[in-house]
Amino acid sequence: MDLAYAPEEEEFRARLREWLAKTLPDLPARPDPLDWPGRRAYDLGWQRRLYDAGYGAVHWDASPTVRLIFLEETERAGAPYVGANFVGLLHAGPTIAAEGTDEQRARWLPPVVRGDEVWCQGFSEPEAGSDLAALRTRAVRDGDEYVVTGQKIWTSHAEIADWCELLVRTDPEAPRHRGISWLAMPMDAPGITVRPLRTLAGPAEFAEVFLDGVRVPVANRVGAEHDGWRVTMVTLSFERGTAFVGEVVACRRTLGELARAARANGRWDDPVLRRRLGRLNAEFTALWRLIQRNVGAARDAGGVPDAGGSVFKLRYSQVRQELYDAAAEVLGPSGALDADQRWTADRLSSLSYTIAAGTSQIQRDIIAERILGLPKGR
Amino acid sequence: MDLRPTADQRALQAGTRELLTRCFGRDRLREAVEAPALDRALWRELGAAGLFALRLPEADGGVGLGLPDAVLVFEEAGRALLPGPLVAGELLAGVVPGVATGERVAGLCDAGRGGEVLWEHPGDCDELILLEDGTDAHGRAFWNAPDWPVLEPVRSIDPLTPLARVTSYPRRAPRSLDVPRLRREAALLTAALQLGSAARTVEMAVEHARRREQFGVRIGSFQAVKHLCAEMLIRVEMARSAVYAASLTAKSLPVVVAKVLADEAAVRNARDCLQVHGGMGFTWEADVHLHLKRAWLRVEQWQSGGKAEEALAEALLTGHDGE
Ligand SMILES: Cc1cc2nc3c(=O)[nH]c(=O)nc-3n(C[C@H](O)[C@H](O)[C@H](O)COP(=O)(O)OP(=O)(O)OC[C@H]3O[C@@H](n4cnc5c(N)ncnc54)[C@H](O)[C@@H]3O)c2cc1C
Repeated sequence: MDLAYAPEEEEFRARLREWLAKTLPDLPARPDPLDWPGRRAYDLGWQRRLYDAGYGAVHWDASPTVRLIFLEETERAGAPYVGANFVGLLHAGPTIAAEGTDEQRARWLPPVVRGDEVWCQGFSEPEAGSDLAALRTRAVRDGDEYVVTGQKIWTSHAEIADWCELLVRTDPEAPRHRGISWLAMPMDAPGITVRPLRTLAGPAEFAEVFLDGVRVPVANRVGAEHDGWRVTMVTLSFERGTAFVGEVVACRRTLGELARAARANGRWDDPVLRRRLGRLNAEFTALWRLIQRNVGAARDAGGVPDAGGSVFKLRYSQVRQELYDAAAEVLGPSGALDADQRWTADRLSSLSYTIAAGTSQIQRDIIAERILGLPKGR
Repeated sequence: MDLRPTADQRALQAGTRELLTRCFGRDRLREAVEAPALDRALWRELGAAGLFALRLPEADGGVGLGLPDAVLVFEEAGRALLPGPLVAGELLAGVVPGVATGERVAGLCDAGRGGEVLWEHPGDCDELILLEDGTDAHGRAFWNAPDWPVLEPVRSIDPLTPLARVTSYPRRAPRSLDVPRLRREAALLTAALQLGSAARTVEMAVEHARRREQFGVRIGSFQAVKHLCAEMLIRVEMARSAVYAASLTAKSLPVVVAKVLADEAAVRNARDCLQVHGGMGFTWEADVHLHLKRAWLRVEQWQSGGKAEEALAEALLTGHDGE
């Protein structure tokens, strides 16, 4: 056990810190959350800067420890969030890096890294959410192409995406998990209709995607035909294992701000609230240590996070909601009900954390069955 | 950076588990429940195996290991429900003669700012060290003969840990000990014991859930039971992350984090384990209650809930994240 980073890791951290301090002050103003083209341009612009500075591919070219340092330092410095690049950088990209052919890597990874292309995730369907293997979107082979018909839902950032990591059923006769394939679908192909859905937080973040005879080259399939479930598990392990890491740093910063705000407005005198904030401090500190432990395991597993990611995701999503409930208490009744207050939007968006990327109930099943070895069943 | 035990540390853990299985197995545990006086022969055996001298330099006859190693060993002791003033043994080896080898038994009590002082195994200690807060905030330590303090009997909730309330004691023989360090390390080692107990109760719950059948299937296939077990594991993983990290820095804030989360893991896991065991869990014969009672006892030792949370809240204002 040790907490010391290797000298080259510390060098990486120091270089990154210096670059962030130099670069962040002259970033353009952040766009309005409702301005999708603006958000796309902003997020891609930030990725381009990272790329020019040599940090573009850090999410899959670097060791898990370096990835961790990158997420920690960018968040600590208040750098822009991955935003629209979330899927491309944090799970489609790593999946293609781990499972794609050399050609596929050469085609899709550089534009993600350079900030040229945005990806979205087309896994969920109206009748296949938690039970992802129930998906019905069909892909029928026609020569060198698949013809895809069906519907996806809750597709984040679909409006502005260039590519979609798409799960399709290629063999309807096979058992549920065996007939699925993982495709990269260009979002400008004919037959795709995107209908944005408003979230409870206000702006549209995700969309319904209707697929009507969309032609996708067979060469766009990552992994073998009908072997998409296995590839999907790789994607999901990235999504649960590493994708939220930077946000823990952000939550710890928010917690400190909450305490100072409570002190300024007098709510700090309430010992119940104080103790609640103290306990959240313990939780977020331990979550960070848990991430550090998981990194060691990921390193041993060739960079792919294991089921330990579910342990992290489950607790993190709960604690993040508790954080913003505490924020509401700090703001006081009128503040907590004022949609323009600084923590209100975050409180609303945190409601999705126990649902997206697999609900808490599903994570508990995974932990009980895959880690603790309890029997399958209902 | 790697928060997982090294190969040497895993070997130390495995060796400790093997030693404890051999000298304090289930039968021995149940005997101790009926006769909780400290087993001096066992204590000497533990001493001979180096359990108390872990961190003494080799030149002084110790094992020469560090706090992270001690934490791993204490995690095993917590798993095994090993009774006795273990924390005192580990912290006073090299301070009180004979403690390192297990020949003599020392007690360590926190008298704080005059709050309630509980002394574990009062009838078994040859020496007693009392820590007190001083005017300089660093605290003072007093060495007392065990028959000097005035005691009130307490019928201990934990059948394995006799207790007495220390109502007054002469402030004799002041010792120059690093009191804040003793307090930090005592809290950390107590957290390690809690962690071991929490990890053990998940195993017990899972073992039971995989064996016991109701409605024609194993109860572990019921989602309600699965989800109890999953939450238990999460508490262990959170506590373990905090305890291991705190053992590396040994700073006060990380230790408070570790104690708070390990207390919660030990207590709530024991309760959930009891639930998974059904009626069997409520019996004297099942070991579940022993874990819960010991966990309750340790919650009251060294860093308790309210004060610990206040300290963590205070740290948010000063911006100290304890790293
Ligand atoms: C903000 C947000 C963004 C998202 N982005 C994307 C995206 O980009 N791409 C994408 O593909 N998907 C996305 N999703 C979808 C997300 O993965 C699903 O919402 C999630 O997996 C749950 O599926 P569902 O909504 O169909 O709910 P259901 O599966 O219908 O679940 C409803 C309730 O039933 C419970 N439940 C279901 N099955 C079980 C079971 N076996 N045991 C116990 N309880 C059960 C659930 O826990 C939940 O409480 C997003 C979701 C959100 C909220």
